Amino acid sequence: MNKSLFRRFEGSAVIVVALLLIVGFPLLNAYGFVSNFTLSLWGKYLCYALLAMSVDLLWGYTGLLSLGQALFFALGGYMHGMYLMRMIGDLGQYHKPLPDFLVFLGWTKLPAFWEPFASFPFALTMVFVVPGLIAGLFGFLAFRSRIKGVYFSILTQALTYAASIMFFRNNLLLGGNNGFTDFKFILGHSLAQPATARGLYIATAVTLLLVFLFCRWLSRTKFGLVQQAIRDGENRVLFSGYATAHYKLFIFILAALIAAVGGALYTPQVGIINPSEMQAEKSLEAVVWVAVGGRGTLLGPIVGAISINALKSWATRAFPDLWLIILGGLFILVVLFLPGGLVSLPQRLAPLWKKLTGPKPEAPAAAPVPAPKS
Amino acid sequence: MSHPLLTVEDVSKTYDGFKAISNLTFYLFEGELRTVIGPNGAGKSTFFDLITGRAKPDKGKIEFGSDPASHHDLAGLNEYEINRLGIGRKFQTPSVYTEHTVLDNLVLSLKGPRGVFASLLHRLSSTDRDRIDEILKLIRLAEKRDWKAGLLAHGEKQWLEIGMLLAQEPKVLLVDEPAAGMTDEETYRTGELLLSLAGKHSLVVVEHDMTFVKQIAANGQVTVLHQGSVLCEGKFDDVQADQKVREVYLGRGKHGTR
Repeated sequence: MNKSLFRRFEGSAVIVVALLLIVGFPLLNAYGFVSNFTLSLWGKYLCYALLAMSVDLLWGYTGLLSLGQALFFALGGYMHGMYLMRMIGDLGQYHKPLPDFLVFLGWTKLPAFWEPFASFPFALTMVFVVPGLIAGLFGFLAFRSRIKGVYFSILTQALTYAASIMFFRNNLLLGGNNGFTDFKFILGHSLAQPATARGLYIATAVTLLLVFLFCRWLSRTKFGLVQQAIRDGENRVLFSGYATAHYKLFIFILAALIAAVGGALYTPQVGIINPSEMQAEKSLEAVVWVAVGGRGTLLGPIVGAISINALKSWATRAFPDLWLIILGGLFILVVLFLPGGLVSLPQRLAPLWKKLTGPKPEAPAAAPVPAPKS
Repeated sequence: MSHPLLTVEDVSKTYDGFKAISNLTFYLFEGELRTVIGPNGAGKSTFFDLITGRAKPDKGKIEFGSDPASHHDLAGLNEYEINRLGIGRKFQTPSVYTEHTVLDNLVLSLKGPRGVFASLLHRLSSTDRDRIDEILKLIRLAEKRDWKAGLLAHGEKQWLEIGMLLAQEPKVLLVDEPAAGMTDEETYRTGELLLSLAGKHSLVVVEHDMTFVKQIAANGQVTVLHQGSVLCEGKFDDVQADQKVREVYLGRGKHGTR
């Protein structure tokens, strides 16, 4: 029907929006039409969009509802944060070559595991290695024991909860409840410079585009078919000779890496990373973004993450006490009345639009054919 | 006589004290079409679960392979390993991938590498396409190849699942109530299809519908399960005339027969 037309429209819309976000927005910023504050705010939204894509890859495409995805986001943020802390050098409050919180804890020498983080390539590698290993280990144990459905969700929630408690402790030597902040430089550029902020924003937008294209490719491979088949009938897949646990493990690690990249880009733009980023409700919020945007679609998580966070930025200033009620209400409304999320809105509205604008039918239309039930 | 392709000997399986299968012995030979009947709770589904690795036997042996020198002990393998050896299973309720097209359902089932990385780089070969076209024609869904499987009628879903099974090119097909929910005509055509597969494949068909059983058991053997073990085995007419079988079915009234 109109689907191919809609698809084509969707394709060109993606190109236009990507160009606007990657080129237009930073240009407007460079010429002073968009404030630095707004640009870094959007940088944050795009990082959250990466987190949302990670949730959707698991929940929307594989049927694995992870309620702990913010953990991997935060871990990516921490790994990059360690590099940024090292780059402060002796410009901290205490003017010592150690991060301030270590001086405060009585350390005079840098702990050994902090040493290599002065290297950006090392830190970047760790952004992938640490979340990847933790996801791999957790996924291996969970999928081997065939933990499914709500039990899987509860375990992921417990994992991020446990991690946040661990990171709140000072003796982990990762900044305790204050985490990392007061960053000064990244790759020799001052973070106070608008140009640096612009560069980080562009890097985030480009990363998001690349991840989007990668997920689009993935969903069209046979792997993508298997992934969605696991969501719709895991037994059939298992009894067709596929080791579904291997597939789920692969996708769980992949999703963790995507979240970690989002976190790594988040830390320098927001200027702080602390254990509150891995608290249970952060992961739940990400699930709401995906549900509102459109679960099991490629654009849904991006649309959801940006729109809800933009709404949050506004609502927490306008009605600070009502934000959680607004968020919860929105979630309920979408689940009840728009199960396909915001991205299904054009398709939902198309018949209505046609009815309003199109010519009146001469004769009463034939009774609509009821949709076949499955 | 040749060595059986599938050997089930003295197998028992207990669930929470309930003996679902007790001392069951069953042989399936190459190219055979075997029909298994039995009242509700006779252990038919558990029987399939044991062969396909979903359940593990408490005792007894389950072996696969007609060459006695190189057969596989199925009790030590899991679902996907057993499937890869060439044992395909059709579930009682049609289980197809509802969000995928009919075509993609078959693509996913086609015999071939099953690994994660193989699936990332997988492309359909022209032989694959021909094979899919052939199966689509056989299961009469060629016109609906681009339909979402969830939109098919119940009987069509059953056929699609049989097609998915065939795409795997298994040596043994375990078919659980293929005619459930079908019209008489569809049922008859399903019977024809299964009969045409015998010889090339070996089949075990579990069924309740006696007209259908009579149709597909015309040349083969019928096994009657009762309380987890084999009550009797033989030609359809002999089984039907058997006093014990009549007691089991008639004694239970409305169950099973019609």
